[in-house]
Amino acid sequence: MMEQHLLLPLIVALPLLAAVLIRIIGDRPNPREAVTLITAAILLGLLGLLAGDIYRGEQPSFTFAEPVPGLPIRFHVEPLGMLFALVAGSLWLVTSIYAIGYMRGHHEQNQTRFFMCFAIAIAATLAVSFSGNLFTLFVFYEVLTLSTYPLVTHAGTPEAKRAGRVYLGILLGTSIGFFLFAILWTWFLAGTLEFRPGGVLAGTGDSILLSAILLLFFFGIGKAALMPFHRWLPAAMVAPTPVSALLHAVAVVKAGVFSLLKISLYIIGPETLMTLPGRQILLIVVAVSILLASLIAMRQDNLKKRLAYSTISQLGYITLGALLATSAGLIGGSMHIVMHAFAKITLFFAAGAILVAAHKSEISQLDGLGRRMPLTFIAFTVGALSIIGLPPFGGMWSKWYLALGTLEAGELILLATLMVSSLLNIAYLLPIPLRAFLGKTAEEDRHIGEAPLPCLIAMGVTSLACLLLFFFPQPWYQLASMAVLP
Amino acid sequence: MISANLPALQVIIPLLAAPLAFLLRKPRLVWPFALLTTVLTLLVSIGLLQQVLDQGVISYAMGGWSPPWGIEYRVDSANAFVALIVSAMGAIVMFYAGTSIRHELPEHKQTLFHVAYLLCLAGLLGIVVTGDAFNVFVFLEVSSLSTYIMVSLGANRRALTATFQYLIMGTLGATFILIGVGLMYVMTGTLNMVDLAQRLPEVAETRTIYSAFAFVTVGVCLKLALFPLHGWLPNAYAYAPSVATAFVASTATKVAIYVLLRFVLTIFGVTFSFNTMPLGQILMVLAILAILIPSTVAIYQTNIKRLFAYSSVGQVGYIILGISFGTVLGVSAGLLHIFNHALMKGGIFLALGCLYYRTGSVQLDAFRGLGKTMPWTMAAIVVGGLGLVGVPLTAGFISKWYLVMAALEQGYWPLAVVVLAGSLLAAVYLWKLVEMAYFQQPDNATEVREAPLALLLPTWLVIASTIYFGINTDLTIGVATLAAETLIEGVR
Repeated sequence: MMEQHLLLPLIVALPLLAAVLIRIIGDRPNPREAVTLITAAILLGLLGLLAGDIYRGEQPSFTFAEPVPGLPIRFHVEPLGMLFALVAGSLWLVTSIYAIGYMRGHHEQNQTRFFMCFAIAIAATLAVSFSGNLFTLFVFYEVLTLSTYPLVTHAGTPEAKRAGRVYLGILLGTSIGFFLFAILWTWFLAGTLEFRPGGVLAGTGDSILLSAILLLFFFGIGKAALMPFHRWLPAAMVAPTPVSALLHAVAVVKAGVFSLLKISLYIIGPETLMTLPGRQILLIVVAVSILLASLIAMRQDNLKKRLAYSTISQLGYITLGALLATSAGLIGGSMHIVMHAFAKITLFFAAGAILVAAHKSEISQLDGLGRRMPLTFIAFTVGALSIIGLPPFGGMWSKWYLALGTLEAGELILLATLMVSSLLNIAYLLPIPLRAFLGKTAEEDRHIGEAPLPCLIAMGVTSLACLLLFFFPQPWYQLASMAVLP
Repeated sequence: MISANLPALQVIIPLLAAPLAFLLRKPRLVWPFALLTTVLTLLVSIGLLQQVLDQGVISYAMGGWSPPWGIEYRVDSANAFVALIVSAMGAIVMFYAGTSIRHELPEHKQTLFHVAYLLCLAGLLGIVVTGDAFNVFVFLEVSSLSTYIMVSLGANRRALTATFQYLIMGTLGATFILIGVGLMYVMTGTLNMVDLAQRLPEVAETRTIYSAFAFVTVGVCLKLALFPLHGWLPNAYAYAPSVATAFVASTATKVAIYVLLRFVLTIFGVTFSFNTMPLGQILMVLAILAILIPSTVAIYQTNIKRLFAYSSVGQVGYIILGISFGTVLGVSAGLLHIFNHALMKGGIFLALGCLYYRTGSVQLDAFRGLGKTMPWTMAAIVVGGLGLVGVPLTAGFISKWYLVMAALEQGYWPLAVVVLAGSLLAAVYLWKLVEMAYFQQPDNATEVREAPLALLLPTWLVIASTIYFGINTDLTIGVATLAAETLIEGVR
């Protein structure tokens, strides 16, 4: 039995504790929000502590229980999991600051439930990132789905409920119908669900059978929003903006692609994956998913919907990295978890700020708003440029490695796909700030001012991060390469 | 002295307590007395299981007449396990019954109910511990007749037609079993199970034994409500008093499944049942239908007790599916699910009893806003329901995991798909309740409070145990595997 590392359960329990405290404190907003902020800060500190161990090459683990022999609920932190946990943990703090400004500015109901479910979702995300085997990952993957459902349906309108049904239907349906089935099959073939470098499935079945399992995994992890199982993500946009920002641009969707990367690295194994015929099919699906989602994004007038389709397209990049299974591809995919997270959350923060300050949700209403809310739209531009992948913003690095990955694999068509997609990104993201800065401000919009201060602080932090990530990608690159090149 | 007589005490304590309770008459006296009886019975079951695990099979000659002439009580790991389930649920539900029955039944019927309950418990335990095929029939009738009484005491007048339906179907089943046992007696001249198992192979290739096999299996399948012989179950569960539903749902069908296992595996033997007779194929097809069809029907129910009754028919399908493989892994998956489902469904019906206690209804409408008004009751239903879905960390997951492994072991991977589809269906009917309870505002007209502690405590004891047995499975998996091995190896 390996040494039990108590820091791991502590980190996951911390947001849960916060959820309980939030519930107890209830309707007194100031102490309630203080709980969220203090916990998020402590959490970030503990994650930093843990990251120190990881950089030193340690891989701490903690086993809770073993319901079925050989099938424990177990945490085991490796570099990739650390990377994801750090992203989620640091963005929770920023988003909490933002959420306070947003929820109060927007006079949302049921704020206690909101902050409580938010904390639970973060705990589930951290648990996913620490999962030591597929079984544990699956458990917390489902917890994440269920804990975010009340956030999606937060508004309580018929539209929100309908969206909630789509959300649950697709995520639960794919995970039980395909993902769990793939897990069962893996267990049956390999006799273990541990994450092991090189993959536990390598050499256990013929390539057709393994391809079938591969397809079940990639379609079963609905959170990665691979087409045609992507519709839950635009549907989830009815949620309050902080939810869309942290959960549906970072935590939930990244939990999906993170699982795919883990499966590629540790379950199927990169070398085996490259030989599977199922990979070719999936590569086509991913390429189509990337381009089609971008095209659909261009046609969305609702700002959050456009961002959601952009996310679907960008998630395709990471899925692509997992499928390429070359070292540059996997590193690029892992890096893109980080880069896209910071950039997309900035975009959502800006979208929410516009909603709070100007009560506008459609792109066609934004003419001239940039002069009324300059800080918000500068942040938006920074995020957009980082998504497109232009220097000096972090998004450049992950695209760089992904492009290298396609060359390593000799897939020139996929390289072309990435390039076309970047052009499409320009076409659907940049017109928004252009319109806001250059358009003519409508008469009735002249009274509009900037969003509440907490929102501005949050946007400032994340857009600064996008900039810094360009100059200092090293810590993230190191984690990604430690996972890919052991 | 006491430890040597445990097999007899297991049945005699509740059997004698029943008439004594009747003599006590006053409900205020009867309930504590009945509770004491069920607790004693539970202690005996625990002792029995301990003895069996320590010393192996216990053979007890009733009245000192040695088998095969006298009636033998024979306890091995399989029936000790089932007896434990029955008496544990018996004791917990009886604790709950005190408050619930006083509220649901008029005073003059309360004593009658408790007497019937004790008789039913005695009958079920008798079926489980006896080693005599005819004795099974006798106790089956004892338990069935007392169950009819309990169901008919339901407040809604429809309870009477439900009872009548149950009575007809139940009697048919019992008669079939009796005919089967009679045919076996004619051919072998014995009623002792061990003896039967030894003598049957000589005459196995006769039409009489084929018919005996058919009568017994069909009869038992009626009793255990295997689709499509489940017609009596939904109404009986829906209109019985809450306590009766919780007790019967978690024990009666489970005991019937045990009877099936005992007859098919021990008496007729695996080879005869699964190779000579096509039992495996028939059960498998029916189990698949049972998983898919009643679970779908459940989705459309507005009476929630009926909904969970249909869900029970579906869950029986899982158990039978495991048995239909005829392998140790399959049978142990079935036994595991007997135990786990007894807890989950028992807990859910107890929680529904809490709801009925406060609102007087178990219709879907009564769930409006229940997450706010009765948070603990609703949470119990959700946790129990998650178990039915088979969410990890609940007991339901463990049995489904073993079931799927048993299917994959045989190479029947499409069955794994069926099991997962069943889980999805369960998720849908559970979700209906969750949406109503947590996302609708309660009607302000009615003041609904959380149920009293006397009801919540036993409910949560059962529900918490479904979580416990989802995480710590040493007891359940260990005993179920052992029991499956005992059953399949038989007594030869």
